[in-house]
Amino acid sequence: MSIEEEYSGRRAGGDFVAYVKAFLVGGLLCAIAQAAMDLTKANPAIIMVSAVSAGAVLSGLGLYAPLVEIAGAGATIPLPGFGHTLVTGMLEDAAQWGPFGILTGGFKAVSAGLLSAVLFGYLMAVLFNPKG
Amino acid sequence: MTKANIREQEAYSAFLEDFRPKRPTLRNIVVAFLTGGLICTAGQGVLSCILSRGMPEKQAYVLTSSIMVFAGAFLTGLGVYDKLGSFAGMGAALPITGFANSVVSPAMEYKHEGFVLGVGARMFQVAGPVIVYATLTATIVSIIKLYVF
Repeated sequence: MSIEEEYSGRRAGGDFVAYVKAFLVGGLLCAIAQAAMDLTKANPAIIMVSAVSAGAVLSGLGLYAPLVEIAGAGATIPLPGFGHTLVTGMLEDAAQWGPFGILTGGFKAVSAGLLSAVLFGYLMAVLFNPKG
Repeated sequence: MTKANIREQEAYSAFLEDFRPKRPTLRNIVVAFLTGGLICTAGQGVLSCILSRGMPEKQAYVLTSSIMVFAGAFLTGLGVYDKLGSFAGMGAALPITGFANSVVSPAMEYKHEGFVLGVGARMFQVAGPVIVYATLTATIVSIIKLYVF
């Protein structure tokens, strides 16, 4: 077995584990949100707002970064990841530019997500019509 | 209303209760787990695809979110994502694809109210509060991180 083959084999195995971790962590976050919604009978919007805020708080406590390290997209795709990205961006710029960084870093970090939501959201809303 | 009437009404409510569908909490949680897990696995697939092309990790995460937002918006346009939402609840709503769905769905629905007050305003019916509270919480958390700890 050449080094390349061994490397790609290990990578494929590593990829599989990464998929399982993403599935489990992403699923777990959604399950927690669903449980919170069913138990409190709250509106989905309230649960989404709480989840994204919880992500920011967990990020501040230093708990969300390890979760991203473990689960990759499983931690960044669910909404709490959005709160985590905001906090990370603010603190990164603050480390570089001082407190002023809080003003500049947050939206810089989530820019791609927000811009995509506005751009693709508008495009799809204009192109398509509601079904049924 | 007489006492007899009230008693009758209570009995009728109790009778109706048997016909009301029970909130199947366990089923909801399991379906949310599976659906949310699968969407995140798809995201992981996009991520490893981008990483294998040699993009730096940070940019790869950003691009992955962007692609997932596109996918969520497109599937909402096709009318698929709203069905997934009513089937999977938070399993469909919590991933960033659900955030895109919450942007497109009301905007499309209220298009008849015009492009400014219909599409433009309704895009942020749910996404607006999410962005507002995310920003406020993140700012407070960052200030605490910088000045208290």
